[in-house]
Amino acid sequence: MSRVLDASGMALAIDRLAEGLLAGLRGGWPAGPTAIVGIRTGGVPLADRLRARAVAAGIPAPARGGLDITLYRDDLYTGLEKPLVGDTDLPFEVTGCGVVLVDDVLFTGRTIRAALGELHDFGRPSWVRLCVLVDRGHRELPIQPDLVGVVVRTQLKDRVTVDWQRDEVWLRPEPGASESGSSESGARRATGGPDDR
Amino acid sequence: MIGKDLLQLRGMSRETITTILDTAEQMREVGRRRVKKVPPLRGRLVVTLFFENSTRTRTSFELAAKRLSADTLSFNVSTSSTAKGETLMDTARTIYAMQPDAVVVRHPCAGAPHMLARSFPWRVLNAGDGIHEHPSQGLLDMLTIRDRFGSLEGRCVAIVGDVQHSRVARSNIWGLTTMGARVLVAGPGTMCRAELAGLPVELRHTIDDVVRDADVIMLLRIQHERLGRGVLPSPREYASFYGLDMARLRTAGPGVMVMHPGPINRGVEIGADVADSDQSVILDQVTNGIAVRMALLYLLLGSAGEPTGESPAVGAAHVAD
Repeated sequence: MSRVLDASGMALAIDRLAEGLLAGLRGGWPAGPTAIVGIRTGGVPLADRLRARAVAAGIPAPARGGLDITLYRDDLYTGLEKPLVGDTDLPFEVTGCGVVLVDDVLFTGRTIRAALGELHDFGRPSWVRLCVLVDRGHRELPIQPDLVGVVVRTQLKDRVTVDWQRDEVWLRPEPGASESGSSESGARRATGGPDDR
Repeated sequence: MIGKDLLQLRGMSRETITTILDTAEQMREVGRRRVKKVPPLRGRLVVTLFFENSTRTRTSFELAAKRLSADTLSFNVSTSSTAKGETLMDTARTIYAMQPDAVVVRHPCAGAPHMLARSFPWRVLNAGDGIHEHPSQGLLDMLTIRDRFGSLEGRCVAIVGDVQHSRVARSNIWGLTTMGARVLVAGPGTMCRAELAGLPVELRHTIDDVVRDADVIMLLRIQHERLGRGVLPSPREYASFYGLDMARLRTAGPGVMVMHPGPINRGVEIGADVADSDQSVILDQVTNGIAVRMALLYLLLGSAGEPTGESPAVGAAHVAD
């Protein structure tokens, strides 16, 4: 287990994201109504902090939302115990709105694919941007973030977790990863981590 | 955790019931969206196999399956092949050959869903078997009560009517007591006697005795098909002794909730004004029914592997457990 970011590193990463977000909201991105939508569970605290930055900078407050992508996952039938379904809450008109999707860790890109699918079942956003605190690589889909707090080099089987209580990012090498090639998704699920799936 | 099938609430753990109700709350949110459809059961086939007439339970299950993107197929056997002499197992084999992932069964014989669950690897959801259980109804009733009171623990639920012949009552009794609620029962002696001895309920004889103490009054439908078998002299007599009218409702506590599984007989077990009163949650029960059935289908389907892809040996008495 090693600490990738301490609280000051995390503050810097969030500053970087906020800077990009403000530039986007101030005209870098198409004008019109916007919303900041966190992907549950790890993306929600980050979305709230970024939205607070926008408000503090005097930008008209973007709408706030949360997406739980459980019902849109592509691995529901892999023989694992059913994950519990969480809240999805998009209290604004999605059609015609610009949406900043926020997650804590970007990994395979599958969570983002699911989130895009769910978002489009609510309406037709005018544009979507992706903002993540940590990009840990190993993408399995053609999905790239627009804003990144920090890039972390990882092995495929490592676990990256964000501790929003202490503002730290941790990397834990998968124990025995080289022996058991099939345990990957199971181990990630079993610990219920907020990382990308 | 939830197992392969949903057959009965008797013996179901508190944790499992809580998981189902929590999941149902999330499913209810899907019902409030503009596009009331989510993809988790895409490509799955859910068959409703009803050997008794029922519209509301069947359509509720079908709507639940559709909202989860499953395909549905409805077999109304009371009007088809059994009339031509086919046995339950032969009907089941025929349907199994269509490779459904889950089958929702209603049958006049207690235990029929259990047999179908033992004989085939599909998921079975009991939608009412004889006078045994109707578990999805029990769960939706519990969700409706939990919505109002936050928890079922310590709540007092009165069940009034033909408890002895009611699968709705039986499922509620097992589920509610597992969750820590107290169940009072009242009804005519012919409808609430010896059979209840083994159930964890408190039997009282008049409706007034239970209305007074109840947080929830659950009325059962008087099944007209049972009238004239020496069980009940007339609907009118039942209404005057056991019907919940406004005068009786006023003797209950101010926050009391009135439930009925439907279809209601206005003026018999429930006064017309009571059915339309603020205390009545009958229509909430219908909405919650869809959410609970979505939760059940979601939790049961797919938790143990891929959809039934390979073509099984039809007719082989395949034992899954």
